Amino acid sequence: MEPLKTNRRGFIKATGQLLIGFNLFPLTFCGTKEGDGYAISPYQGIPERPHVDRSLIDSWIRLDAEGHVTILTGKQELGQGIRTALMQIAAEELDVNMDICHIINGDTGQTANEGYTAGSNSVEGSGKAIREAAAEAREFLVKKAASDWGTKVNEINVQNGIIYGPNDQKTSYWELVDGNFYEAKVSGKAKEKEPKDHQIVGKAIPREDIKNLVKGVAHFVHDLRLPGMVHARVLHPPSYSSQIIKTDLSSVNEMPGVLKVIQNGNFLAVIATREYQAVKAWQKLREVTDWEAKNINILPEQLFDDMIKSSEKAELIEDSPGITQQIRQSLQKLKSTYMRPYHMHGSTGPSCALAKWENNQLTVWSPTQGVYPLQVTLADLFDLETENIRCIGMPGSGCYGHNGADDVSAEAALVAKAYPKAPVRLQWMREDEHMWEPYGSAMRIELEAGIDQEGLVTAWDTQIWSDTHSTRPRGDAGHYISARHLEEPFEFKKGNFSGGAYRNATPLYNISSKRLRLYNYDGPLRTSALRGLGAYGNIFALESFMDEMANLAAVDPLEFRKNNLDDPRAIAVLDRLAKESNYHNRIQQSNTGYGLAFAKYKNSAAYFAVLAEVEINQENKSFHLQKLTGVIDAGQCINPDGLINQTEGGMIQSASWTLLEEVKYDEKGVLSKDWITYPILRSKETPEVIVHIINRPEEKPLGAGEAAQGPVAAAIANAVFDGTGTRVRDLPIKAEKIDW
Amino acid sequence: MAIKLKVNGVSLTIEADPEEPLLYILREEFGFNGAKFGCGLQQCGTCMVLADGEALATCVQPCQNFEGMEIITIEGLSEGDKSHPLQETFYSEQAAQCGYCVNGMLIAALALLRKNPKPNDEEIRLSLDKVICRCGTHSRFISAVKKAADQNSRF
Repeated sequence: MEPLKTNRRGFIKATGQLLIGFNLFPLTFCGTKEGDGYAISPYQGIPERPHVDRSLIDSWIRLDAEGHVTILTGKQELGQGIRTALMQIAAEELDVNMDICHIINGDTGQTANEGYTAGSNSVEGSGKAIREAAAEAREFLVKKAASDWGTKVNEINVQNGIIYGPNDQKTSYWELVDGNFYEAKVSGKAKEKEPKDHQIVGKAIPREDIKNLVKGVAHFVHDLRLPGMVHARVLHPPSYSSQIIKTDLSSVNEMPGVLKVIQNGNFLAVIATREYQAVKAWQKLREVTDWEAKNINILPEQLFDDMIKSSEKAELIEDSPGITQQIRQSLQKLKSTYMRPYHMHGSTGPSCALAKWENNQLTVWSPTQGVYPLQVTLADLFDLETENIRCIGMPGSGCYGHNGADDVSAEAALVAKAYPKAPVRLQWMREDEHMWEPYGSAMRIELEAGIDQEGLVTAWDTQIWSDTHSTRPRGDAGHYISARHLEEPFEFKKGNFSGGAYRNATPLYNISSKRLRLYNYDGPLRTSALRGLGAYGNIFALESFMDEMANLAAVDPLEFRKNNLDDPRAIAVLDRLAKESNYHNRIQQSNTGYGLAFAKYKNSAAYFAVLAEVEINQENKSFHLQKLTGVIDAGQCINPDGLINQTEGGMIQSASWTLLEEVKYDEKGVLSKDWITYPILRSKETPEVIVHIINRPEEKPLGAGEAAQGPVAAAIANAVFDGTGTRVRDLPIKAEKIDW
Repeated sequence: MAIKLKVNGVSLTIEADPEEPLLYILREEFGFNGAKFGCGLQQCGTCMVLADGEALATCVQPCQNFEGMEIITIEGLSEGDKSHPLQETFYSEQAAQCGYCVNGMLIAALALLRKNPKPNDEEIRLSLDKVICRCGTHSRFISAVKKAADQNSRF
């Protein structure tokens, strides 16, 4: 792409752009619109320009000559429906219809740096920025109309971008700007709409991209086809510590379609003209390569004991002097240990990315959750300036944290550097994804607590053993697996240890004495962020333990929780759950077990309560999860159907983790290589799921995408206990662990 | 070698390695996106097409095995502007999160409904069981198929 040699005004005239506050530093490379082969056309209404300052309205909201609104966000669409939700927020504040809105997700060439799309933060973070920018833009335009017409701002009305004055005046946002350039900043002071006036926010606006998905229209990074594109595969080692003893690149080189075979230390890759040729070459390369590796010392049967033996000294997160004695002196006391195994993201489609290396400039089309962290880490890997790297976010297969998306992007770039000028498409094989993605860490959680004569919890002591829940790349190339395999390897510095491990470990219950100790454990498998991080294991433990204590105190588990809660919104989700599930009149049959659980995600995001119903079959020594009923309070609900869809998905995914999943490995490495060796929940066994929303339009929106993970696990455990009398404290909850 | 394939009613002769699995041909020669690589092991259903009325995985089976078969992909389901009933109900039920498995779910449902236009809940679940969905959208796929069956009799 040629630099645009023009001044701002000339630029506006030339492109017919009507902009509020923009900057003009056109990119001189890496355009996405060059060539005809770009299968996924971005909306063509606005030309690309780099993001400079997040305080400009233009960084979030742009208007163009055809009467469209483009919204820019640094967050990625991961299937959570964030595009629709953010467009709703903008359309609401701007008073425009949804059908004239477009959205651009993370692209270092265009959007603001919003870090990672993680922690259920997109609506709270990006949504807030977009809402403020949209309100500011509307205020700016309305003030201008008022001043042009000599009327008062409050006499002006806007409908779908058309501005109406008190004396039959009429114009539109686009006419009003009339090719002029106005620079306006987001002051954060523009008046936002009252929730009672919301017409778009709070509505179940359907996701339009589903229309494309059902027709097979190009959507994923996997579907991107660039002119001259070649196909690559990486041969990952059979285990983490493997080193090549011998290989035979020439036998692969002479295969049909093979363009290049790359070896850089223990990093092996093939490039071919056709995708199938690359797969064949990869298979051949695997056959002709021998490896040697160190055995893994800590095997699954030793893992949870080793956590105690090998961990560092405890990090004291929260303390309450005298707590040990306080528990000892309690009327009733309890101590239990819970365990979760390593879990996998297990994305349906293996990770895929495209990269192009030309004139020492790198472009990567990536399904990453964070284009800017990717850019800065690639800069470290290649010793390049970030200005010479453009990362364009594209939808990938479902991503629930830090999966293979960043690794495959770095590998595509490594291959592209070895084969410059051609766009390289690299897709992982199934075993690459299963064996090399970073897993959700195994955890050991010990809880001890005391109850007084009123049935109130007086003291609560938590100990957690866990590996890290965040090894996302943030500038150190050693976080990419293949960077560690290069001839000149990058060192992996784990760091960030406690991040996420004790998420939700502190009970929200009203307990006067609490202690929380965290033991950082350097475990045998690669770990990082998986939906909810430590919250999944911690809530499983905490809410199972609450059930055990309710049982000890002989109080109904719902009442026991309510008795120990102060937060009215927490009590409200439990009450609503009781009502919707007819909890107090539930049919008590010998073949049914009921279990409930509750959490406020991160103790700062959405409230979620759930009731699990399991059917017990004593004769077959089996049980079946029949139904999950959930209630969620995510504050102001932007899109009820989107919230329900995300919550249903979280519930079913968590049920799968809880009932079926654990990463298997032995001394030679990971054994869970496919869907047979790592089975997940499928349609036949899927429970009925029902989600009710408590909408609070006056409250701020709360992150909701990870709220269901922990509570569902505990609810199932509690239901199994209710139905069978067996308390399963080590996940997954399998029939063979029940004392029939 | 020349391979003759009939996809969505159109016959095409292509030069290909007869051992090349149909999936790569569909994506590279036909330019389709619906069928996707998921596992390459016939375990996840992501790559399925309807072949002579059966939902078949395409990631392993050589393309020559599909010669003479009537192959339908999700790209071939709409008639002009009119979407297929399953496409309609997948949209109206908002049956997708990431959407990577939507192709497999649609094809599995189509194979079922063509044989059995009024399936019960269990038959629907069983037909979708061959498709891996990681986002947990199963309940919506089941409702979408049920709704399509309730509202239509021909697929």
